[in-house]
Amino acid sequence: MIEFKDVTKTFNTKEGDLTAVADVNLTIEDGEIYGIVGYSGAGKSTLTRMLNGLETPTGGEIDINGDKITGLSGSELRQKRQKIGMIFQHFNLLWSRTVLKNIMFPLEVAGVPRKERKEKAQHLVDLVGLTGRENSYPSELSGGQKQRVGVARALANDPEILISDEATSALDPQTTDEVLDLLLEINKKMNLSIVLITHEMHAIRKICDHVAVMDSGRVVEQGTVFNVFRNPQQEITKRFVNEEVDPSLSDTNIVLDDLIKSYPNGTIVQLVFHGDQAKLPIVSEIIHQYPDLQVSIIEGSIHQTQEGAIGTLYLQLIGNSDNVDGAMALLKKMRVETEVIHHD
Amino acid sequence: MTNGSYFAFKTVDWGNMGAATWETIWMTIVSMIAVAILGVLLGLLLFETTASNNFAVKALNWIVSFLVNVFRSIPFIILIMLLLPITKNLVGTIIGPTAALPSLIVSAAPFYARMVELAFHEIDRGVIEAAEAMGASQWQIVYKVLLPESMPALVSGATVTTISLIGYTAMAGAIGAGGLGNLAYIDGFQASNNTIVLVATVIIVIIVFIFQFIGDFLVRRIDKRTL
Ligand SMILES: Nc1ncnc2c1ncn2[C@@H]1O[C@H](COP(=O)(O)OP(=O)(O)OP(=O)(O)O)[C@@H](O)[C@H]1O
Ligand SMILES: [Mg+2]
Repeated sequence: MIEFKDVTKTFNTKEGDLTAVADVNLTIEDGEIYGIVGYSGAGKSTLTRMLNGLETPTGGEIDINGDKITGLSGSELRQKRQKIGMIFQHFNLLWSRTVLKNIMFPLEVAGVPRKERKEKAQHLVDLVGLTGRENSYPSELSGGQKQRVGVARALANDPEILISDEATSALDPQTTDEVLDLLLEINKKMNLSIVLITHEMHAIRKICDHVAVMDSGRVVEQGTVFNVFRNPQQEITKRFVNEEVDPSLSDTNIVLDDLIKSYPNGTIVQLVFHGDQAKLPIVSEIIHQYPDLQVSIIEGSIHQTQEGAIGTLYLQLIGNSDNVDGAMALLKKMRVETEVIHHD
Repeated sequence: MTNGSYFAFKTVDWGNMGAATWETIWMTIVSMIAVAILGVLLGLLLFETTASNNFAVKALNWIVSFLVNVFRSIPFIILIMLLLPITKNLVGTIIGPTAALPSLIVSAAPFYARMVELAFHEIDRGVIEAAEAMGASQWQIVYKVLLPESMPALVSGATVTTISLIGYTAMAGAIGAGGLGNLAYIDGFQASNNTIVLVATVIIVIIVFIFQFIGDFLVRRIDKRTL
């Protein structure tokens, strides 16, 4: 378990004091994938760099499995760092070493005997799917393959925690998904806690259990991914969630405007449904019960999260107010969240 | 008398020429070994002490940096004269190849130290930080990250330094340190034998080419950044 207790970090810069992280309280349970999302400069990197002592908090403390990490120094800190793996946006591999030797680096640091080092590194090469590329140099690998080496290297000393700082930000969407799948697989296989920093909600939704949203050094919202996606509270969270749940939201708004113009009598509703609701025949049920009601689907999407599906659907209902009200009541009965976007 | 001819090869004492060649190579290699060691140590010291908040460390950086700049600015020929008393104390003589070593080393080490410092600065910060995050000690970072990652730059810097050292040995030779420079000056210039000057020149050029070739070859072998 990782606990951030009132953690603050202020940098003294030439332009004056800069508070990069302010009063952060977070608890990360063993074996979970904890996402931290926020725009550039929000303090995500600074927060996680305090986890392995690359930065020292100016206030508060951080405990890992009950041990206070803040205040450690010298060999104690180095010992602890060996148990915290880290992967980076730009991979940070040693170009002078082959894949296998890069993975052996942390083992050398930890003083693992030569033979064991080699066996372990080979095992990790296989685990991340790079068998056959042991003797390649990083310059001969693609971005995705480099990050696989990064992951293998981070796992070498059997860490308790894996920190991923924008590890997929330099990769294309396909490769991003491959690396995220790999992280999820490792998380499940080894019951390893992962702290995943990103500015893409996609990554959060795909593999995280919990998420914290950071803005100007503060955690402004946190909770399970499912809840945060379903019911974002803060403006910034809504922006992140909307970007992800509905990347074409701006398109949808244009369509909605058009529809409102062309069907001034219509009622436009947004439905949000979760988990198994997404499988219910909601629309056909409405049509079935209110045959006089005209129902058209404007736009819809379903996304999978670790806890289940989240779907959004925009419907336009045209008919007399009894039918419309009845349909709304029916939706409520089916426990679908509805929001009337436009009503006459 | 050779009438100023450049091609009176009969007048060349090839035994002397061989001995002088060997002296030049010996001075170059021995001083380069010392320069490499000192340069890497000084470069490392400069690298590690930049960007420190500690006042004592800052002061150390400033002093070393200042001395390096001073010694880099002194023309070699003047440095030899400046170091004469020290050389005499250290080596016991001011004549011959060994006597040239202190000035060769003192002049080239600061030059190489700056190149080493620059090579270390060119290493991606992120890679050093990754090593730190893995729990590497300062010393492990030096010999597992800084040195191997900057090796191509260190070797090409060493090649450039070696070549300028060859030039320095010739200059040192002119004031009594032995080697091809000395031969060209005494037996060539002072005896008005242009052939000897020419032959010594050709041999020096060949030595320079050989060192350049070895350096380039090594850099190509080590550099895995682009393939
Ligand atoms: N060593 C430092 N000295 C001074 N200011 C710093 C330092 N490191 C970070 N900062 C400042 O702290 C703030 C937070 O930076 P941080 O790198 O944690 O943001 P981030 O959320 O990781 O952003 P990004 O998504 O761009 O990586 C920024 O304003 C940054 O300029
Ligand atoms: Mg960052």
